[in-house]
Parts: sequence; structure tokens; C-alpha cells
Amino acid sequence: MKAPDFDYRRPADLPAALTLLARHGAEASIIAGGQSLLPLLNFRLAAPQLLIDIGRLGELKQLTEGDGHIEIGGLLRHCDLAASPLIAQALPLLHQAIGHIAHPAVRHRGTIGGSLAMADPAGELAACCLALDGQFSLLSARGQRWVAAGDFFQGIYETALAPDEILTAVRLPRGGPGRISIFDEVARRRGDFAMAGLALVAEAYSGTLHGVRLALLGVADRTILAPSTMALLEAGPLDQARIEQAVELIAGEADPPEDPAYPPAYRRHLVGVLLRRTLRRILAEAPG
Amino acid sequence: MNAKSRRIALTVNGEAVAREVPVRLNLVDFLRHDLGFTGSHVGCEQGACGACTVLLDDQTVRGCLVLAVQADGCAVQTIEGTSNNDNGLMADLQEMFLSLNALQCGFCTPGMLLSAQELLRANPRPSREEIRDYLSGNFCRCTGYQAIVDAVAAVARARHEEPRP
Amino acid sequence: MSIGAEVPRDRAKRLLSGRGKFVDDIDLPRLLHLAFVRCPYAHASIGAIDGAEAMALPGVVAVLTAADLDAAVSSWRAAHKLFPGMAAPEQSALARGVARWQGEAVAGVLGESRALAEDGAERVSVDWQELPAVMDANQALAPEAPVLHGDMANNLAYTAEVTAGDTEAAFEAAAHVVEEHFRFHRHSGISLEPRGIIAEFEPGEGRLTVHQSHQTPHQQQDLYARLLGLPEHKVRVICPDVGGAFGLKHHLMADELVACAAARLLGRPVKFIADRLESFMADVHCRDHEVRARMAFSGSGEILALQVDDLFNAGAYGQYPRTSIAEGNQIMRLTGAPYGHGNYRAGLRMAFLNKSILGHIRSVGHPIACAVAERLVDLGAAALGLDPIAVRRQNYLQGDDFPRTSVGGVELENLSFNACLDKALEIIDMAQFRREQAELRARNVYRGIGIATFVELTAIGPEYYGEGGQHISAQETCLLRLEASGTIRCYTGATDQGQGIDTGIQQVVADGLGLAVPDVEVISGDSALCPMGGGSWGSRGAALAGEAAMRAATTLRRNILAIAGSLLQKNAADLTIEQGIVLDATTDSAHMAVSEIARIGHFQPYSIAEDVTADLTVVERYASRGRLFLAGNGLQIATVEVDMDTGIVTPLRHLVVHDCGRILNPLLVREQIRGGVVQGLGAALYEELRYDPAGHLLTGSFADYLVPMAGEMPDIEVAHIETPTETSALGAKGAGEAGTAGAVGAILNAVNDAISPFDASIAETPITPPRLLRALGRF
Repeated sequence: MKAPDFDYRRPADLPAALTLLARHGAEASIIAGGQSLLPLLNFRLAAPQLLIDIGRLGELKQLTEGDGHIEIGGLLRHCDLAASPLIAQALPLLHQAIGHIAHPAVRHRGTIGGSLAMADPAGELAACCLALDGQFSLLSARGQRWVAAGDFFQGIYETALAPDEILTAVRLPRGGPGRISIFDEVARRRGDFAMAGLALVAEAYSGTLHGVRLALLGVADRTILAPSTMALLEAGPLDQARIEQAVELIAGEADPPEDPAYPPAYRRHLVGVLLRRTLRRILAEAPG
Repeated sequence: MNAKSRRIALTVNGEAVAREVPVRLNLVDFLRHDLGFTGSHVGCEQGACGACTVLLDDQTVRGCLVLAVQADGCAVQTIEGTSNNDNGLMADLQEMFLSLNALQCGFCTPGMLLSAQELLRANPRPSREEIRDYLSGNFCRCTGYQAIVDAVAAVARARHEEPRP
Repeated sequence: MSIGAEVPRDRAKRLLSGRGKFVDDIDLPRLLHLAFVRCPYAHASIGAIDGAEAMALPGVVAVLTAADLDAAVSSWRAAHKLFPGMAAPEQSALARGVARWQGEAVAGVLGESRALAEDGAERVSVDWQELPAVMDANQALAPEAPVLHGDMANNLAYTAEVTAGDTEAAFEAAAHVVEEHFRFHRHSGISLEPRGIIAEFEPGEGRLTVHQSHQTPHQQQDLYARLLGLPEHKVRVICPDVGGAFGLKHHLMADELVACAAARLLGRPVKFIADRLESFMADVHCRDHEVRARMAFSGSGEILALQVDDLFNAGAYGQYPRTSIAEGNQIMRLTGAPYGHGNYRAGLRMAFLNKSILGHIRSVGHPIACAVAERLVDLGAAALGLDPIAVRRQNYLQGDDFPRTSVGGVELENLSFNACLDKALEIIDMAQFRREQAELRARNVYRGIGIATFVELTAIGPEYYGEGGQHISAQETCLLRLEASGTIRCYTGATDQGQGIDTGIQQVVADGLGLAVPDVEVISGDSALCPMGGGSWGSRGAALAGEAAMRAATTLRRNILAIAGSLLQKNAADLTIEQGIVLDATTDSAHMAVSEIARIGHFQPYSIAEDVTADLTVVERYASRGRLFLAGNGLQIATVEVDMDTGIVTPLRHLVVHDCGRILNPLLVREQIRGGVVQGLGAALYEELRYDPAGHLLTGSFADYLVPMAGEMPDIEVAHIETPTETSALGAKGAGEAGTAGAVGAILNAVNDAISPFDASIAETPITPPRLLRALGRF
């Protein structure tokens, strides 16, 4: 199947891209790595009039350390992040998650900005950003705004991006030493979209978990937090009983869509399985 | 409908190429039908099967998930280029695929070879598990994958044997 | 001798450097590209079709509908005289009046590029009226079901039964009876290269030349000639490199016929390459069977009787020209074939419903026949508290049981069930596995082992399609040409889709003539050049085309030696050929090279005595007689680990012990068997064409239809027993079905063994994680 006809521009810099986008808005699509957009175009599931190719804008390819956070340019590719010692050291959650994304040839093109803007409910990076309480820079000719990951994802393939905005950067707070970061998911085959997954961060464990943020993927119309489970985990010492309570609780926090092949009850079960494994691992790896 | 087009200039298998292309044309169709490099194949057009794998600036990409206009100014290598006797960088891999029968119909083979070669460059001594993992985005319907894994593992071993006097 | 040696393939050298020539690699001047308007509903009546908006697009050349094709191409009915009374509704190249599955083509749009043709197809408007759809065979046969075909009273396409002995009495008298209700879901062949064709019509000579990704050039030549009304010798079908076929590409496909008709109507060459979505929608599919079966045992484990009821569907029509009956027929004939019970009753019912047509995909019916019987044997052994391997050994046909015609009506020549089992148990230490299994269970790790014994039907004989009325050759002919330099050109009716039959034939000819393998080139896949033959399907290449090649080589060798005898003034019987040199058969002293005989034979024939048969181009043929199939056999043992939390099944170890008679080239057989196993693992664990209740395909891409990939597949051990068939001189049987035939049964048994501590079982494939966890009652 061949893509429908569209026009194509490759603006020389970010302001030019924003100007173009302001002019064409909803009729245009931004293309960066194209790993989500091109399948849609090839299957004629999207029909933009214009593609604005931002893939070569060097200003969106920076990886910088700020005061207590890491800022990742929207055009950094999965393979860039996977190879970055800074990400491995400061954001191990992200590092773990990237290994689950598709296959090498796709990771050579796919970008973090593109992946987040796509807002696939099973997107690994979206769940990580939500767990890490990340902020997204949305830039337009009108100016820049920072939107929290929790406000950004609004539904299946729906985000807070206005038609004239580009997701230019992601700011993720770096944790203190000893922060626990665990990403896990269950997929049918390597590189497949997960049937369910979770991204968990917590402060260093000393019997009780603190500062827990637990994001789920593949079990709702978007990546979601599990606030009740988070509260339960912070409410007292982590033990087998609390783990089983959390497993029971989280099933109710997942809200999977109807799918005859993977029924909602199955995905709810899976997210509990993942949580149990994660929490048991924390217990087992706890010092002393 | 006016098919929109752009002029692009790139190098393909080491040769400079300039063409006017419809902007909706993807890279693998451009290579195959405009330039006649038919060694890369089209199997799904959604980046899932790996038959269209080519090297773009020295990295494997899905030729169906890159527009030809996006390759403007880039260096593209296809199986025809990497098989060229002048560089012959993967001649040992091709030879091992042949002797272990790591292909049947050959439709997936160019993508499989390019992926395997990339793996061996990044990880010269991969385990079988690592080989299976790296090739897990390349669909082969004919073999049981085993001969392919065997061939890649054998080449990795051979490349590390001490050169004999 | 090269037969039995691991000879690599010439063709592979080309493919490895990207120099394959597949249909889509071919370009022609003024080529048009074809895209289809396909029915978006499972069942709909077709009102007015308006192509005006499409035709207004620059680059769109024509919009064709059924009415435009009426004069150019005939319709057809898929009938088979061996199955009298089987319904054969009329089908046309483009749907006329009613479309009967989502994806059936109703209009073809021709454009200057595929993209432009698709632009046009998007703009064709069709006045659809959606009709009630029937998506399940039970529903299709219910009294109130909507009927698909107006000339039928209901959706029942065919029903049949075979019986032997007194099954009812045997069940009543049995010590134990086990039964199971199986569901084998629909999947397909999924070649990586989709279907494709280039059709070119030369009006002056009235000649149609077709390049098609196909397994049977001569069958297509006949079909295109008859359906398009052309003299057969004016139709040439060339099958270039074929990117995987697996049975998918040995049928008539309506889409490709439209391409031929369009080329003729428009006077320009037409290319059609199916994209992945339309492959899923409009390829032939396979399986989709619901089987109820029960098996009766004596208290000591003897199998007393077997009863099998298979309900399946043909899809919307019967597949032309072979029909859709074979899968059910194989299940009916083959289930339980390794065992010696005398009481058997098997029935089938085939329905029409609103899905794509059911065709013959690799290992037709075998995986189901095998899985059903093997699961029942395991259930019986468990009920009786017996070792499942001992029960198999106790019941295998063996020794004096052969030759025999099975209770299902299959001729079994000399099968090696016990030898295969002995070999398997040398490789896999069952006691060791059971110890490990017990230890691991104590740590909540659940592993299982499954065994599946199968009979493999190969090399179909001419009686099946000959009596059926199909124009499908089961006879193979080989033409050998000794070139003047002493090398050989070999023309065969078999085709090579990667399995390597070209190389196998090359070895047979080289050995038969006493030449080196590289001195023989095999030419195949061209209906004009090659002798009429059946192509490659149903594991027929080595057994049939190989035998024909051996006969041709024997004849040519005799001629070469006769010439040599004449030139040397010696008795030809005292001469032999080795490595291209004519030798004295007793002293091994060299006399002259074959190349010298070739040169003299072509350029100085006057040097040869007139009474010598000096033909340097010879033709021989081979067709079997008196048997429908050549049966091989084997078994598979699989071990798996089941994640009781997620339901994910991980194959661990997989063994195939196989007997395909004489092996021409173990290098090729081995990986072909492994490839078959992986397809079987796909069916067992991943692959399923799912539809929603309204009949919309839910698995139209590789994101939704999961194929087995390298990451999840195990290493697969292959061992051989060689029991050559005595029906041919070469002794080869087919080997292409075995891997797929046994894998589903082995995995099904292994998974059930793994979950046996939980008093749960599963009888549905693919065994998806949710299905397995549901069977375990875990969510």
C-alpha cells in the first residue's frame, strides 16, 4: 500500500518550522524519525496535506544536564538514548525501557519526541516520562509552554499538543542516589507492543517505599498513573501482605479497552503479575 | 491530483545519484524502481518484516519507513553495494549462509545479512541469544532461523580466529 | 556420488548478493499497475459502481468491473468428481452482484504507478448494501442462517464419512473412553513475498506472457488459456524467483486473473503485487476446524476405536481448481493413522461462510489429524495411568502390519514408527526430563514434554486430480540436453521456491551420468521451455521429478556409453562414466571424456555407427500408479515452559525424527524441516486470522497477525531414519510437510503436560496467553 499524496517541506531551522506549522496547522504533520507516521501513511490511515520534516534540526538533538534534571531534545533517537552513559546513570528507568522498543533498525530512526507525540497507549517512553513526572516543552510561534506528562496524554493517540506546537524537549528530574527504577512489560514477542507494562520509581527503600510513582502502559486508553496503589505502597512497610494488597488494588486502576484477543480481565491480571514481580524484586534486593 | 515532487541528491552504494522523486515515495521503492537496486525487498510496508532493510549513513533502517526525500544528502548502502567485490565486507557472512543453507527463497536474506553484519560490528562475539535478539525484527518464513543463527555465530568465531601463518 | 551429500545451492549464491529476480523486480515498458476496490463488508450486495472520479485523476487509466470483464474472462466452479455432490458455486474474477467476504475485489483500477492506482481506487464509489454475515461454521449450518449462494438451499458444501469395523460396539465395550473438543483457528501461508504477477498480451500473435510468483506454471497456463479463451500454446507462464509459497501460490487467484484480463483489454502490460493488507484479506487461508473426537482403550492401553467429527468451512467459495475439500478429507483419512486399531468412524461437514477462501497451505490437514490423535493418546494414557510413550509403542503399526491400507483409506508402504521413537529416545532422555520437571515444579517452574507421531502424505499420484477432472499434472517429465562441450542442461516441470529441488535434481542427474554437479544446470519454472509437469507442492519434487530425472539420466548415460562403445570398438556394457570420463568398468582405465563424445555426437555424428542410439537430448517421464499418496512418517518431541502468571509458552527443545526415504541432500532437508516446524510453532502459539462478529478482519497487519520470529524460536534438532520407498528406483519420499505436521500436536501435548498439576487442559490453537490462563482459571 502506498502513501497518499502530500507536500513536503524541510525547514532550515526551528523558527522556520514553527512558522510553517502555524500557517498549516491541522493540515500538516510533523515528521521526525517517521517510525510511527510512515506506517499510518503507508496504510492510508492518515492523510496530511503537508509533512514538515524537522528531522535534521540540530537544536532538538541536545542532551543536557540541568539543575536536578536531564533535558532530552525531542529528536534524540532511541539508539542515541540507549548508547548514552548519562541516561544509563541518571535515568536508568529510561535505559531499561528502550530495550523493549521495537527492533534495532526502528530504534535508529525513532525519536523520543515523535514517540511521545504519537501517544500510543502502550508506548514505553510515555510511561517512563509519567513515572518520572517529566515535563514536555511544547513550542509554537506563539511561545513555549511546559506541560507535565500527566496532563499531556489525553487519550488514545491524543495529546495536549495544539496543531501549531512541536514537542521539542523532555525534562526529567534526576533522582537521588539509590533511587529505585524498574521498568517491565509483557509482550508476545520481542519488540512487540506490550500487553501490559509498568514503570516504577521510588526513593531508596528502607523497609517502606517513599516517593512512589507507578505508571502503567497498555492497560488504558493512555499511559496512566496508579495513585491508589502508590498511596498503599507508601502507607506502610513493604511485605508480602502489602504486595498482595497492591496487586489486588492495581487491577482496579487499570482500565483496558475491550479486545476479544486480550480481554480487559487478562490485562488487569497481567499488570498485577508485573507489580508482584517488581515488588518482590525490591524486597529481595533490599540491603540487609 | 498533482503528485508533488522534489529533487534529491544522495550517494547510493558509493555513487552520486540525483533524481526528481514524488515526495510520498519511500526509500525502498526509490532504490528498487527508480535506481534498479532490487536486492532490498518489500514485505509489509509497516516496518515489521525487515525485508526492506538498508543502511542509511551506516545504520540499518527500514526502507519502507523512510521517505526518499528524507535520504537527501545521505549515504545509502544496499545489499548490492555491500556485496560489491571492491569492498566485500560481508563476503564471509554470505559464504557461510551459503554453506549452511541459511536461506531458502532469499527474500529476507539481504535484510538478514545487513542486520547480522551490523550486529557483528557492534558485538563481535555475540551469544546465540544475542544473535536471535538482534535478528528478531527480520521475518524469515522459510528457514527455522537456526541455520541463520548458526551462520552468524560461525562467522563471529571465524573472524576471531588467529590468522594462520 | 553427490546424492546424500550436503551440496549448497547455485541459486542461493545469486540471492545472497541481492541478485534474485522476483516478479516485482521486473519492469516493462508502458507498464500499468493494478489496485483493487475491495468489499469493506463481510457480505454485501453491489449496486452501482461509479469510477468517474477515479478516472478524472491524472495517471488513472481504467476502472474495470465485473461487467467490463464479462466478455474477456469466464467464470468458474470448483468441483471435484471424487467428491460427487460437493457444492461448487460460480465465482468470477471480480465479484458480480454480491460480495461474499471482506476483501473480495469488485473493481480493478489501473494506473501509471501503484500509488496512482490506489489514489483512483479510493475514489471509486460503490453503492453497497450490507447483508447479514455468517462467520462461524456452526452458525452457517443453523436452519435460520442466511444462505451465501442463491442456487443453494443452505450453506452445507459437502459432507462425508468413512467407517471401518464396528466403532459403536468398540466404544461400548471399551474400558476407557477419552474425548476432546478441539478448535484449530484460521491462519495462512504468509510468504514474505506477497502474491504478484506481470501479464503482457501481444495482440498480433495473440500471445499472453505471464511472470507470476507461483508454484505451478503449467497449471496456470492451462487455466489462463481456458478462462481467457486463448489457445494453450499461446500462453506462457514464467515463475521467476519465488519468495516463499507454502501452498499459497498454487491456486488460481481471482486478482491475478484480473491482471491478465486487463492486460488483454488495455493492450499494455499490467503488474499486480499484493500488499500485506490485501494479502491477509484475499489470500487463501487454511485450518479453521472444529473437531470433536474420542478414542476407546482397553484396560491395558490398546487403542480399540477412534471417532472423529470435523466441522470446517471453505470460506465463501471452493478454491479453484483444487477445491477446498482436501483439508477436511486429510483429517478424515489421516487421524490416528500411525495406530493399528480396526474400528474407525470419521466424518466431515464443510460449510460456506463469509471469509476468504480456504486453500491448500503447507501440510494440508496434517497438523490437525496429528494433534487430535496424539492428544487423545496422551489423555488415554493419563486416564489409564500408563506411560504415554509405552502406549504409543504398544499401538504403532509395525513390521508385518505393512503394507496396508489404513482404516482411513491411506496406503501405508513401510513406515518406521518404532525406529523413529528409538532414535528420539536416544537423543532425549525422558527419565532425566521427568526428574528435572519434578524438581522444577517444586520451585513453581512448569515445564512439559509432548510427543507427536505423524504420517506424512507426499507426492500425490495422478489418480487424485486425474479422476477429479482437474487439469493438474501429477506426472513429471525431465528433458536432458548434452551440450556440445559435455555439460548438461536439465529441464524439469518441478519448480523451486527456495526448498532447493533444483539442486536435488542436479545431484540426481550428475550422479546418473557420472558427471560433476556443477556440470549440470537445471532450468525450471517456465511453461513454454519446460516439459509439462506439476510444479512443486505437496512434497512431490524429489519423489516425482527426482525419479523422472533419474530415468532421463539413465537413458542419456546409455546413449553416451553406446556412442563411446561405437567409437572405441568396445562393448558399451563394459564401460562406465566417472567424473566425466568414460572408463573401463573393470580396470578403471580411462578411455575418453564425455566432452569428447558430446563434441563428436553433435559435430561428427558420421563417426558413430548408424545402428547406435545416439540421441543427446532425451526425455523420460514418471508417474506413479495405483496409489494416491506416498506416505512418510516421523515424530516430534517438544519441551516447553509455561509461565503460569502470564500464560506465555516458551518452546525449549524441539526434536524431529523423520523418515522421508532416501535423502538427496540433508543440508536442504534439515532446514526445510526446521522451517516447517517454525510454521507449526506459529500455528500452535501465534498465528490466527481473527474477525469481529460482523466479519471484519482484525488481523490485517504484522502488528496484529503474529508470525514466529527468531527471538522466540528454539533450536530444532533433526534426525533421520531412511526407509526408501520401493515404488521408485530413487527411493525418495517428500519432506516438506513433516515439520508443520507434527509441531502443533507436540506443543499441544507439551503444554498440557506442563499444566497437568492444575487439573486443567487446553485444546485450542493458537495457545495464546489469555486462552491458556483462562483454561487455568487464572483470570
